[in-house]
Amino acid sequence: MSENNSIGIVAPQTAHFSEPLTLKSGAVLAQFNLVYETYGTLNADKSNAVLICHALSGTHHVAGKYTEQDKYPGWWDNLVGPGKPLDTNKFFVIGVNNLGGCHGSSGPVSINPATGKPWGSAFPIVTVEDWVNSQARLLDQLSITQLAAVIGGSLGGMQALQWTIAYPDRVRHALVIASAPNLTAQNIAFNEVARQAIITDPEFHGGDYYEHGVVPRRGLRIARMLGHITYLSDDAMGEKFGRKLKDDIKYGFNVEFEMESYLRYQGDKFAGEFDANTYLRMTRALDYYDPALAYNGDLSKALSQTQAKFLVLSFTSDWRFSPARSREIVKALLDNESTVSYAEVTAAHGHDAFLMPDKHYHAILRTYLSNIEVGGNHAK
Amino acid sequence: MQNNVNITKNVTEYRQDFAIIANWVKFGTKVLDLGCGDGELLQFLRSSLETKGYGVEKDDTNLIACVKNGINVIQMDLEDGLSGFEDQSFNTVILSQTLQAMHNTEEIVLEMLRVGKEIIVTFPNFGYWRNRMQITAGRMPVSKALPYQWYDTPNVHLCTINDFDYFCHHHNIEILERRVITDGKEVNFMPNLLGSLAMYRLKSK
Repeated sequence: MSENNSIGIVAPQTAHFSEPLTLKSGAVLAQFNLVYETYGTLNADKSNAVLICHALSGTHHVAGKYTEQDKYPGWWDNLVGPGKPLDTNKFFVIGVNNLGGCHGSSGPVSINPATGKPWGSAFPIVTVEDWVNSQARLLDQLSITQLAAVIGGSLGGMQALQWTIAYPDRVRHALVIASAPNLTAQNIAFNEVARQAIITDPEFHGGDYYEHGVVPRRGLRIARMLGHITYLSDDAMGEKFGRKLKDDIKYGFNVEFEMESYLRYQGDKFAGEFDANTYLRMTRALDYYDPALAYNGDLSKALSQTQAKFLVLSFTSDWRFSPARSREIVKALLDNESTVSYAEVTAAHGHDAFLMPDKHYHAILRTYLSNIEVGGNHAK
Repeated sequence: MQNNVNITKNVTEYRQDFAIIANWVKFGTKVLDLGCGDGELLQFLRSSLETKGYGVEKDDTNLIACVKNGINVIQMDLEDGLSGFEDQSFNTVILSQTLQAMHNTEEIVLEMLRVGKEIIVTFPNFGYWRNRMQITAGRMPVSKALPYQWYDTPNVHLCTINDFDYFCHHHNIEILERRVITDGKEVNFMPNLLGSLAMYRLKSK
């Protein structure tokens, strides 16, 4: 990616919340932290705030770099920056690490104030609803009553959707990308295999591996390898790797195919930087999210109180969050006569396409976002 | 069914077929435009009749144009039908000069009748005398209304006004109103011979 229009050097901030948060499970977090980053300037009437919700392995570090030497920028740097589709000259953009995460917000790796030790297995199960409620607290602290937009892909799209349900008057636009109104059985199955890989790792220790000075690397690595298979399309894999060999066939079980090499690299990289307890919780949040459940499976009823305007977007080769799932959301919105547009982007990259700087995809986002009205002059 | 809304002032800027469609759509109602292009008709209906409009469009470039114009647009292929739209959920469903390019012609009309309380279908009349002349001269017609050569035309199901009348009769579709225009002017005399564009307002019997 070109370095043009980068937001430049950024720094995370931490917000502390001392009011207890009751979670969907009934558990209560007496206090918690959320780590977040912001890009651009909040305008005088605070009407230009955009919240980015991250997916399974995302973080608050959406755009820019921490130091000039950083090899990679934030995970959605191709979207967010001055002059980019989500233009930080216009919008005040917020990236936040979700509760249960492992990048600074309260989660299994953070210290439980009650014990002075890492939470580990004791950190409660958090849900999409809990995340949105905690994000709303962050907005309160930033004195933002209403978001110009909330944007998310995949699990992030579920949060964007949940925002419109839980806080209808606090969201003007929701961009729900490569998402679904709940997971299919197949998706839950993939998550279960990933969790089993972690839980059955001898170094998992029931989730309290921190005190043993080990991490369930092998399990997390396999979980991530499985994930990567499902994020790509068969065609994209075929095109990128095909049956290419690194060398000659060796008649053994070491890395011989390029595909294996890629998966092992991704697995190792991820297992070195992500927390297994967080991975378990993120996949569980995915499994549990189902806003229609409280309405006998009627998604139209679940979305009947939303006031936001919607852009729903899917990718043709995404089989993990297929276009058909996005169309379910669109149908429910049409049933409610909501303001909604739906784009089905032709893309080869599978589920991962939502992170790619595809020209047409970004043109849609740029066009939609540039139409969003925000109040007058920027504060300064 | 005529509207008393004052739209005549703006009409000259727009296509004649838009003006007739606007007269068939009621103020403040819900409209679905199939093959909506850049959303021009929906914009026109919104500004003149405050309709709540949605467009269906397959083409990527048109989709972005709709988003730019602030038109609700759903990207899908009409050949797949209108699943995702509930029965009788729109006051009017419009198919403007797209019927002749559909493969699943019969299905889309029936789907429109399912989703819309009333539907509007417009198409170039293949029975128009200029087309007949060209056929008589031994060539496939090429004209302003049918600007393609036989080998590059998207039009696969051309029909005449008489054909469509028969289609409606055969499918138990009630013709509420039919208007025929040539070069922006209404044709009342021998429409199947003298009319270039046919416009129908229909509902299920």
